[in-house]
Amino acid sequence: MAAVFEALCETIDATDRRIILATQAGLPRVPRPYQQLAEDLGLSADDVMARLQRMQRDGIIRRIGAVPNHYKLGFKGNGMSVWDVPDAAVRELGQLIGALDDVTHCYHRPRHLPHWPYNLFAMVHGRDRAEVQMKVARIADLLGDAVRSHDVLFSTRILKKTGLRLPGGDN
Amino acid sequence: MSTQASCRDSEAVALDALDKRIVNRLQEGFPISDCPYAKVAAELGTDEATLMARIDALLDTGVLTRFGPLYHAEQLGGGLTLAALSVLPENFERVAAQVNAFPEVAHNYARDHELNMWFVLATETPERIQQVLQAIEQATGYNVYNMPKKEEFFVGLKFKV
Repeated sequence: MAAVFEALCETIDATDRRIILATQAGLPRVPRPYQQLAEDLGLSADDVMARLQRMQRDGIIRRIGAVPNHYKLGFKGNGMSVWDVPDAAVRELGQLIGALDDVTHCYHRPRHLPHWPYNLFAMVHGRDRAEVQMKVARIADLLGDAVRSHDVLFSTRILKKTGLRLPGGDN
Repeated sequence: MSTQASCRDSEAVALDALDKRIVNRLQEGFPISDCPYAKVAAELGTDEATLMARIDALLDTGVLTRFGPLYHAEQLGGGLTLAALSVLPENFERVAAQVNAFPEVAHNYARDHELNMWFVLATETPERIQQVLQAIEQATGYNVYNMPKKEEFFVGLKFKV
């Protein structure tokens, strides 16, 4: 992890950091948002755009775009499907599941035996729980014998939801 | 914060055809160019002012929770993990309040499983994750199951409406 952080310090500089802080709340709704951002920061628009492009290419920015609230879009079913698959197969199966239309957030995570045997997590969304269950069953068919066991955990309540904060961005 | 979020977040909002095209299109990315709203508006068969006003409205009603660059927390040097607790029903509200009181807890969901409380922790440094998890164990008296991601698999852009 320390090595990752050092590598990162070489890839983003103080100016990048100012751009990140200035866009944490979002992109301004003005005809030339990057120009606006540049003026706020005392930079040129070309510089701001080049830096954003570079950060996107390097994976520091996943993408520029919108994050919908799936409940508001009518996706009331929100199941965390969890799978116990052989460690040797987790990457292959994770890529398979992650490519499905109904899946967001597909991760390999550690087991906690004996209580928690699952090592592959995939969020599955649908109009209701029945639709999610149906989609999970389809994934189970797709994975076949590779699955030793699986489960789906539905969220019953949002207890807290805030944005992820950038380190040092609280002030 | 938490109690408001649970009510507000659960109501579906009626969207017209243009709203739906906008929600779908904006999940695919947004141009880094001189007049990006005009460019996307042209693709969607509308104009720049309408697109900007619609995005504002979608943010106001909470259909969109964010619009802009989405940063990769770990790539910025921070720590991130998913953790779970198995809380007795009679202690659930107390523990939820204790967990939510940590500013590092970004999301927290109740789920119907023996592990019934699942939260995402985002910290300034990777090292801080362990400290916060220990502090949560001390505050709540419960054992925390830490499940940091080992690998992320590609996910496309979803929620077609």
